[in-house]
Amino acid sequence: MLSRVADSVYWLSAYLERAENVARFIDTNLNLMLDQGDEVFEQWQPLIDTTGDHEPFEHKYGPATRESVFQFLIFDRENSNSILSCLEAARENARMIREIIPSVMWEEINRFYLLVRNQSRKNQLDDARRVLDQVKLSSQTIVGIADSTMSRGEAWHFARMGRLLERADKTSRILDVKYFLLLPSADEVGTPVDVIQWAALLNSASALEMYRKVRGRITPTAVADFLILDRYFPRSMHFCLIEAELSLHAITGSAPGTFQNDAEQQLGRLRSEFDFVRVEDIVYEGLHEFVDRFQQRLNLVGRAIFDTFFATRPAPGPVLQEAAQ
Amino acid sequence: MKFDDYRTEGFYDEMFQADGRPRSTAAGLFQRLATLSDGELQRRQKAADLTLLDMGITFNVYGHADGTEKVWPLDLVPRIVSADEWDYIERGLKQRIRALNLFIDDVYHRRQIIRDGVVPEELLTSAKCLLDPCVDLSPPGGIWCHVTGTDLVRDGDGQMYVLEDNLRCPSGVSYVLENREVMKRTVPLAFEGLRILPVEDYPERLLETLQNVAPPGMGGPNVVVLTPGIYNSAYFEHSFLAQQMGVELVEGRDLVVADGHVCTRTTKGLKRVDVIYRRIDDTFLDPRTFRSDSALGVPGLMEVFRAGRVALANAPGTGVADDKAVYAFVPQIIRYYLGEDIILPNVPTYTCWDPKQCSHVLAHLDELVIKPTNESGGYGIVIGPRASRQELDDCANRIRANPRNFIAQPMLALSRVPTIIDEHLEGRHVDLRPYILYGKDIYVLPGGLTRVALKKGSLVVNSSQGGGSKDTWVLSGAPATIRERCAPSNSARVSSRPSLRAEHTPC
Repeated sequence: MLSRVADSVYWLSAYLERAENVARFIDTNLNLMLDQGDEVFEQWQPLIDTTGDHEPFEHKYGPATRESVFQFLIFDRENSNSILSCLEAARENARMIREIIPSVMWEEINRFYLLVRNQSRKNQLDDARRVLDQVKLSSQTIVGIADSTMSRGEAWHFARMGRLLERADKTSRILDVKYFLLLPSADEVGTPVDVIQWAALLNSASALEMYRKVRGRITPTAVADFLILDRYFPRSMHFCLIEAELSLHAITGSAPGTFQNDAEQQLGRLRSEFDFVRVEDIVYEGLHEFVDRFQQRLNLVGRAIFDTFFATRPAPGPVLQEAAQ
Repeated sequence: MKFDDYRTEGFYDEMFQADGRPRSTAAGLFQRLATLSDGELQRRQKAADLTLLDMGITFNVYGHADGTEKVWPLDLVPRIVSADEWDYIERGLKQRIRALNLFIDDVYHRRQIIRDGVVPEELLTSAKCLLDPCVDLSPPGGIWCHVTGTDLVRDGDGQMYVLEDNLRCPSGVSYVLENREVMKRTVPLAFEGLRILPVEDYPERLLETLQNVAPPGMGGPNVVVLTPGIYNSAYFEHSFLAQQMGVELVEGRDLVVADGHVCTRTTKGLKRVDVIYRRIDDTFLDPRTFRSDSALGVPGLMEVFRAGRVALANAPGTGVADDKAVYAFVPQIIRYYLGEDIILPNVPTYTCWDPKQCSHVLAHLDELVIKPTNESGGYGIVIGPRASRQELDDCANRIRANPRNFIAQPMLALSRVPTIIDEHLEGRHVDLRPYILYGKDIYVLPGGLTRVALKKGSLVVNSSQGGGSKDTWVLSGAPATIRERCAPSNSARVSSRPSLRAEHTPC
């Protein structure tokens, strides 16, 4: 497969996943904030922090309000991680590989993009909710279409890898920010608001119902354990790493537990750390420190994938050394 | 949305004062509704109906011609309860449940309250729901009624009364949670500027309550919800609660008694069950102990329960305190066990069991509401002022034949809430069913299910008989501590790394 094509499939899938996750963040926060009263007390800043784009946000909008956050995260074309920008990028990638993906998938991506773009003048509460619901649904529809119409060849595996690495990153972000906000309140542990906030955290990863089945009652450590280390829940970080690695090895043909390139080495190391870590170890290290280190390493995986597959050059050049730093 | 032609018509209105101005607690909501453009509320009501249909939030009506599965009716105008009033209701309910639980425990043990002459023996022993097999049972922690759904009504003078206790298998709490969800989806703007106590943690609370009564053992207790099956009117709720708690939903045929334990049949063999949140009636629980024709229950279940190897919520036998003749004695019951005056009063009640009260009832049938002592769901009630001569005569005969089985209450002018009727708002009568959980402490879910009689002038709120529902908003009286702590001014903050981006430039 052409490096360029692989690159596009990978990012097409990653951007769709990003759009869906941004929609999840906003929707969950909105649900949480609705009965919490005065708008001045609403917490919208953490949402911006989750995305890691707080500097450009503050520069352009100042303090975070519901309206400014909606605008920035959903419709702002200058924010490269807004839902609209993600969909634009996904669609551009899809256009570059229209001949590779099934037509029905292209059409759905196109329809999805147009739908959000045509909404982009509206910033009302009601309209925003509808858009968010639609974003989640469309993203999942596209995954479903890919799953049932694409051969399990290289393209499908690059798509899955892009989606799952992006998802692992986003799950780590919601955990990071919410954990920070929720934990310091020792006096509120076990109070209704506390349980509701933790349930909302799970909900933003669509994890509440599955969490209940395996863990029952809500405790902060069990929530962290579930979202980081569960092997079976499709939005847990561990699950994403396991499945992404499967796709990586399906692409290269390397035997499991071995590596032939930087991508395999980086991802394999990261995944194996998850295989053998306990949530107590993570809490001991500090959740934020753990997540920060995780994101750093995930970035290295991303770099390595880029160098290994997308930036194919006649001979290994300085890029590889850079990635190793 | 136009309130111009809205009239309280002399009733107590939950949104408006007698002079037609909005109550201070409802002023914010009134403002928001009043500024909606023409037809907007109706448009949203249609959207809400569609959402309910899509979500499959339904209930079953028995013996209905055009399909038995009905979409849950939710009216978008909420009922608002002030923080102070809620505090009062909550205290009243906690007091009542504490006393009733002590009463049930006493009834199945020493019956001290009878020895002390507070409740007449004959009245108690003639109660249909007094279950002999429950005598001497000691459920874990002495808790019998883990889940209660007390019906409250407000009379014309504004006083709240307890109408019924519902200590057996009260249903409706799933609709409280789903109503809130649908409200947030369809009228998010209505929430603005209001601080409303959340209801979303109910499943967690219920699970905690159930786990709390598990027999001592290793590891996490295995809790299940026992349903009569998909044809039961509350089946939606059974599956909803099981899903939200993450526990298994079982039917009687999934359970079996083996080696002194209740077990589920699974693909990996038998699995021990520790707690059963059962949503089937007492007498169907175990065909060996109660009705031998029950196909819903589990043969041998009661023996395991008696031995303390499985917990049942609610414990069997709680229905005795649901008997309406016993209900009339609740003020005395509270005084007897707690030494306190009743906080939330009963509706004044005549028990026909007492000959003097009975003759008063017979003489004033056309002014009173007559209720059989052991029915629920609004069945068998005769509303005197609205009954025909023939109906009243029939009713009198039934009372004379078996006075123990009837009570009578004055007809209340139930309070009203503005409700969307066709193209405008009209007042409709409501009641309120809060839900109470009795575990380590007593917890009352803020608000509860507000049921509304959609037919003009009707007082019947039961969904099986043309009733609808409303979201209930309990306003918070507490300062916004959490939000202050997390307000953006808070200097500490997580800084996440920016997301990765594609290296290529799409051309």
